Amino acid sequence: MRDLAGIAVFALAVAAAAFASDSGVLLNGLMMTLYAALLAQAWNVLGGYGGQFSFGHALFFGTGAYVQVIAQVSGGLNAWVALPIAVAASASVGAAVGALTFRYGLKGSYFALVTLAFAEVFRILAVSVDFTGGGVGMMLPLRESAANLQFGSRRGFVLLALGFVVVALLLTAWLRSSRFGARLQAVRDNEDAARAVGVDPFGIKLGAIVLSGALMGAGGAFYVQVFQYIDPGIAFGPATSVEALVAAIVGGMGTLWGPVLGAAVLHALAEATRNLFGQLPGLNMVVYGVVLVLIVTFLPRGLSGVGRSVRDALGGGRRSAGGGGGGDGEPRDG
Amino acid sequence: MAEPLLALSGVSKAFGGLRAVQDVELALPAGTLAALIGPNGAGKTTLFALMSGFLRPDAGTIRFDGRDVTGRPAHLAARAGMTRTFQIVQPFAAQTVRENVAVGAHLHERRRSAALAAAERVAERVGLGPQLDKPAADLTVAGRKRLELARALATRPKLLLLDEVLAGLNPQEIAEMIPVVRGIADGGVTVLMIEHVMQAVMHLAEHVWVLAQGRLIAQGAPAQVTADPAVVEAYLGHGTAARLRGGAAATAPAAARTGPAGSEGDRAPVGPARGPGGAR
Repeated sequence: MRDLAGIAVFALAVAAAAFASDSGVLLNGLMMTLYAALLAQAWNVLGGYGGQFSFGHALFFGTGAYVQVIAQVSGGLNAWVALPIAVAASASVGAAVGALTFRYGLKGSYFALVTLAFAEVFRILAVSVDFTGGGVGMMLPLRESAANLQFGSRRGFVLLALGFVVVALLLTAWLRSSRFGARLQAVRDNEDAARAVGVDPFGIKLGAIVLSGALMGAGGAFYVQVFQYIDPGIAFGPATSVEALVAAIVGGMGTLWGPVLGAAVLHALAEATRNLFGQLPGLNMVVYGVVLVLIVTFLPRGLSGVGRSVRDALGGGRRSAGGGGGGDGEPRDG
Repeated sequence: MAEPLLALSGVSKAFGGLRAVQDVELALPAGTLAALIGPNGAGKTTLFALMSGFLRPDAGTIRFDGRDVTGRPAHLAARAGMTRTFQIVQPFAAQTVRENVAVGAHLHERRRSAALAAAERVAERVGLGPQLDKPAADLTVAGRKRLELARALATRPKLLLLDEVLAGLNPQEIAEMIPVVRGIADGGVTVLMIEHVMQAVMHLAEHVWVLAQGRLIAQGAPAQVTADPAVVEAYLGHGTAARLRGGAAATAPAAARTGPAGSEGDRAPVGPARGPGGAR
């Protein structure tokens, strides 16, 4: 399996890089890139492979983050025990949202808006109720040890993030080589045709949003372990939703490596613009935005589809001419 | 006599004030290759949608393979052994031919490798062998029609509902496709086809139902049905049967249908008023 070999090489290379340097800047950059890749890959499972564009993936992120903190602070659980609970909670929220939206056949922009609304509802709830600490947010007490999932050096977190990303990559590789994945892509491309050959779109999309939510919840739990603080705006605000989907779209939706590539490129771009234009507040965001627009405009398949896009641009005219002259039936309708 | 594989009784469906299908009775014995014909907008595709669960009938029952399947969700139809194709082809455009057909094969094959191998066999059978690794979006119309057929066939159906697999093809492509459909039927699959290309209907079908303005107006062997004055009038308008009588009454509908067959007029599942019979 080429996908599995690629994932193994990737894991070894990143781990080697993490051990090769003690530079805090490098380790921190690596960690944040892996973290962004995890969120992007989580979004990619539902958005890229399932064709369901969520604008509210922070919903699952925030659920994972809050459950991770609350289980430790209020529940007195160990962080390693809290982690699967946080992931399961996010998956359950995914199941609930999926059951509601997919049951009523919400698609496209309607689905996007409903997920955005759910994230906002959760944000407001997190401000309003007591057990989340309200608008003040929640602190995770500093107890630095691997047993508490709080590593003294960034290297530990790099390896933890790498572990999550590898799991996300393996899950994506499974989507590419399994019946579930084939059906998910079939539903993405044409729901009626999928139904005609015995695929239940509701069950398939529900499975995808559960998997996607679980990965996003792991991202939320990771965030809390690193930064030891969460509030409603960080947890459920649109910034995280956008971060996840932009990296996936820039890198290439519905591909194995696109989200990782997108996360790496966007992280490098953000760092570069901040270093170059940091003394002029706002300019870095303008440059960042312009580059994003250029990527989305000229590379509709994302960065990982550059080769294909270029081939189509160069070979498009030639191919249609060949088809017309070949006499094997010209297309008559669209 | 055994129960028919597919039996419709009193099936009706209306869209608002438009009665697309009215009180249809139809019994299709296992092992037949039958056709459903009728003017544009007669309700043929709507009837297919009702059979396969894409639409729920307002009245009547549909029995398939000994079970009442009225209003059952569409994805369960294929699992029970009834698979439809679409008149307007619906490929998974981003995927290759092999992957497209494998989605159908996955109905019975859990493993990816088994499904891909099955897809390859089915694609060879309908003449898509050389194009297995092409993206579906790059296929010609004829290729897409074959793909539609292959994907449905890969679900190993007992009953295959073919919605105009010959529409939009040129005469040579039609001639290539006819033996493919015949081969599927000879392989033990019961086939019901909606078809405008009368040459194919005459060649293939053992039994023909004629639908006009939502009602079944005739049935029988192809030659018998095309000679029926009611059928001639449904296609060509009131009074034509009398005018044609004495001349070439038996061949008139056939001649009438081979022309518009390539023009792909019958797009929407609704709109019986467009039939020429209704206009006069």
